[in-house]
Amino acid sequence: MADVLEQPPARAESPNANSKLKVIDCDIHPSLKTRADLHPFLSKRWQQHLQTYGGHLRTPFTSTTPYPRSSPLLARRDAWPPNGGPPGSDLAFMRRQHLDPINVEFGILQVLDLLVVSQQNQEFGAALQRAINEWQIECWSKPEPRLKASIVVGQDNTEAAVAEIERCATTGKYVQVNVSPRANEPLGRRRYWPLYAVTEAANLPLGIHVGGYGGHAPTGSGWPSYYNEEHHSNAHSVAAQLSSLVLEGVPERFPKLKFVFIEGGFGWAPALTWRLDKHWQRFRDEVPHVRRPPSEYVRERFWFTTQPIEEPENSGHLRDVLEWIGIDRLLFSSDYPHWDYDDARFAFKTPLTEAERAKIFNANARALYRLG
Amino acid sequence: MRVAILVASRAALRETSRADWAMPTMRVDCDIHPGLEGTRTTLLPYLDEHWQEQVISRGIDGLDLMSYPPSMPLCCRPDWRPKDGKPGSNFELLKAQALDAFDTSHAICNVLYGAQAVFDPYMAAAFCRAINDWIATEWLAREPRLRASIVVPMQAPDLAVDEIRRLAGDHRFVAVLVLVQGEFLLGRRHFWPVYAAAQQHKLPIAIHSGSQYRMAPSSIGWPSYRLEYYIAEAQAHQAQLLSLILEGVFAKFPDLKVVMMESGISWLPAFMWRANKTWKGVRVEVPWVDRPPADIMRDHVRLTTQPFDGPPRQRDLEQLLEQIGSDRMFLFSSDYPHWQFDGDCPIPAGFPASLVARMCVDNPLETFPRLQASP
Repeated sequence: MADVLEQPPARAESPNANSKLKVIDCDIHPSLKTRADLHPFLSKRWQQHLQTYGGHLRTPFTSTTPYPRSSPLLARRDAWPPNGGPPGSDLAFMRRQHLDPINVEFGILQVLDLLVVSQQNQEFGAALQRAINEWQIECWSKPEPRLKASIVVGQDNTEAAVAEIERCATTGKYVQVNVSPRANEPLGRRRYWPLYAVTEAANLPLGIHVGGYGGHAPTGSGWPSYYNEEHHSNAHSVAAQLSSLVLEGVPERFPKLKFVFIEGGFGWAPALTWRLDKHWQRFRDEVPHVRRPPSEYVRERFWFTTQPIEEPENSGHLRDVLEWIGIDRLLFSSDYPHWDYDDARFAFKTPLTEAERAKIFNANARALYRLG
Repeated sequence: MRVAILVASRAALRETSRADWAMPTMRVDCDIHPGLEGTRTTLLPYLDEHWQEQVISRGIDGLDLMSYPPSMPLCCRPDWRPKDGKPGSNFELLKAQALDAFDTSHAICNVLYGAQAVFDPYMAAAFCRAINDWIATEWLAREPRLRASIVVPMQAPDLAVDEIRRLAGDHRFVAVLVLVQGEFLLGRRHFWPVYAAAQQHKLPIAIHSGSQYRMAPSSIGWPSYRLEYYIAEAQAHQAQLLSLILEGVFAKFPDLKVVMMESGISWLPAFMWRANKTWKGVRVEVPWVDRPPADIMRDHVRLTTQPFDGPPRQRDLEQLLEQIGSDRMFLFSSDYPHWQFDGDCPIPAGFPASLVARMCVDNPLETFPRLQASP
């Protein structure tokens, strides 16, 4: 976005700037330099498969997104590392451009490369998810302990996903389990419950980052024409997952499990909970397992990352939404290095108290992810 | 302008209680649902010989939409459920319960029987035609307070245009009715002839909750519950609005209005913000959209007020109305016989009196200009 390019370098006098506040950034996208980066973590067979066939995804093109994005690789135009490779692939440059100037104390990694969560060849997907999870530790968390890895799993191969969560969780090196909001079925459906059992047992939050190819059209009336619409459908996907999880009774069944919606916005959430509460009254006999008003589960168990930040026409209205959703349920995220990046210093166009900033930019994530 | 409206509504909220609202003498209920018993029982006299024969020999019946099984609680308030027949199917009951009880001066009938969801385009066209003739003969002709939306076969836009043209001379038809979930997003070019005809005849497009059940309601797949599906209809409405705006329908048809019916309302502000923000970021895709989508919504989009899904606290409701920033977008509706509220007041609690006046009279008259013509 042009705004990103026009922003001045870090300055202490910006409205929300506070040089003392350390930021926990809950959405950072690291990238492979090339697919060969995964070779150390893949068997010969799968190395060859990756090279020969590549991914098999429910999307028309092998090497780009179905809707052309607003910039190459959906990245900030200034995020291409000077030494080559795609945005997000050079740790030294990531430190220099993002981690250090924004004063990132911890960053939570969200890997989108190869969309391992959406691979149709499930055996290949299982090999890829394991490789990606090992690559995160070896190439990112080890050299840069501020960066924390998420266990990326494709939920449709539930058995492999459960095994991978258990394998990774025992290492103690991961802070979250990541699934896609777009898969064969909504996340609340019973076929996915074994994942929640192991995630809850590992005491990890379940992160749901937008994206993926689940085979369903982005809207209830089919495929839109524009990236603009596809982008908006990201918010719809996580909102629908909130309904699914709550109405299928997942929070009831897994009382310690915590849910994090990542990069889906949050402005929609209060209205959705009002809507759920209203109609739940009328349909209670259809969902007797939902014993309390849906809003109560959401208030207790769901977190939301802040990017892309809501931008009401009147910035004061952002304040209404923050209060509706709860200051303690918001987790700052930048989405580095993507085009719609939020800069921690400028993203919130409504005043926050020091205590509120401390929560949104640090304390909420520190507690949720149990960061030291 | 928006600020002024807001200040006025806030003042009104402080001074007005529900008890002392003076109801406008004219009061337009923009969404009621007469019930249609079935293809064989009801539509047969309105079908030509070919389709009569088809309906009988093939047993083509039972087209109640999967979105609205008549027996589920939402579909009929318990005290409005007739002893026999489907919700809303009894003429005398509808008159007493939906018109007399709410001092309604005009009510717009939106028939939700499934002609709009059949796959055969010619069958769809025949059934839509029969529904429109049935509503004109057995409802509009018997009760001067009733108006109706033209049910059209969007499966074949050229046949939809034919149906609009056929009925355009009858001013008791005041809108064109489509379902919110169909095979294609409504902004797509192949629907534009429908909008050209609608604009020409001063008919807004009423986009009503309900689905052809072709696709899952969102990218996450098919939900388990009717409740989940009904919740998701709000997103279906949003997707259609985005499509209409971004494909340039309102640039091409500047006098066209769309009415979101039974869509809920509370999603609107956050949707406006997101639509504006994304448009700012990637407007290069849609150069014909030359102003923020929220401004286009305030000019072209209207919403019926039941079911009202706003916040329970008065202060939050005031904030929500302030965020929407327009007193022209709301249209009074009871959604009869659907069970969206109890008691005798279909106006959502806490709405300021100035807004109530607008949504009962001015806004419907502006949105449905044919209400002002003599039938």
